[in-house]
Amino acid sequence: MAKIIVVTSGKGGVGKTTSSAAIGTGIALKGHKTVIIDFDVGLRNLDLIMGCERRVVYDFVNVINKEATLSQALIKDKRTPGLFILPASQTRDKDALTTEGVQEVLEDLAKEFDYIICDSPAGIERGAQMALYFADAAIVVTNPEVSSVRDSDRILGILQSKSKRAEDGREPIEEYLLLTRYHPERVALGEMLSVSDVEDILAIPLIGVIPESEAVLKASNQGAPVILDVESEAGQAYIDAVDRLMGEERPLRFLEVQKKSFIKRLLGG
Amino acid sequence: MGIFDYFKSKNTPSSASVAKDRLQIIVAHERTKRQQPDYLPQMQQEIIAVIRKYVQIGNEDVQIQLDNTDDCSVLELNVTLPEQN
Repeated sequence: MAKIIVVTSGKGGVGKTTSSAAIGTGIALKGHKTVIIDFDVGLRNLDLIMGCERRVVYDFVNVINKEATLSQALIKDKRTPGLFILPASQTRDKDALTTEGVQEVLEDLAKEFDYIICDSPAGIERGAQMALYFADAAIVVTNPEVSSVRDSDRILGILQSKSKRAEDGREPIEEYLLLTRYHPERVALGEMLSVSDVEDILAIPLIGVIPESEAVLKASNQGAPVILDVESEAGQAYIDAVDRLMGEERPLRFLEVQKKSFIKRLLGG
Repeated sequence: MGIFDYFKSKNTPSSASVAKDRLQIIVAHERTKRQQPDYLPQMQQEIIAVIRKYVQIGNEDVQIQLDNTDDCSVLELNVTLPEQN
């Protein structure tokens, strides 16, 4: 039985797709067969982040409409064995994602895969609701900033009331907080909400803190998930987050201000 | 951060703590609203209309809230009447 994990946030631009790509890759690297689905119909981007944009032939909506089979639409990742991508449609309207259609595709994928990662679009409209509807677990990506935290709380409300698990009266969706774009320096100066501030407000278990890192932009420029950049802090923080998701204990890293060496300061590093 | 900023920061709370306070208030407010049934706003309007037949009140003068505790729901209705002259 596959586990369906939605990566969601409410607010846009907080790092949902970056996180979906990194976490999906991280889970596959642990030997679990994983598929990442892009639910952002009309604004496809997961393909770019994963570096497979030129290999997209068929998409999620084609499969729902039976214009293509799943095996035709699934793109096998070239870097990570056991990892596949199901791209979003670029042209069709958002109503293309029907509950029945999505359910059918997820059921078919569940036969083949161990983990299904749903990369949610921003907002709380149909696409976002479809991405979370069938989920077993949710990773709520949040920036330490007021509008992102508020929107995350809104999404938590939707997870608790509008998901299939909530409607069926089953055990609720597991919720995890992933704090991204974290600046330890600004937190130390009192200019940014701290990890514990956000934990206090949202009151869900923390799965990871990803520091603001140049490596994220570099990774998206190159179309390689940042988790593969094992030298970078962001990459290592995602590796920790995946380990915790798999039930392993990992201490939080990269939360302290790093003292810059004199030479580095001199060079403006 | 210069030495003067250091002294200033002792008096004014940091912007992060302002953000946290504001968030805690708005999130708590939105959570109570979220748990309320959909008919509540409509009911509030109708109650206001009934009271207006007798007393002139504004929309803000009627506060309505539904609290759920275990197996008991309490509908709280607060009406502020205008001062009589």
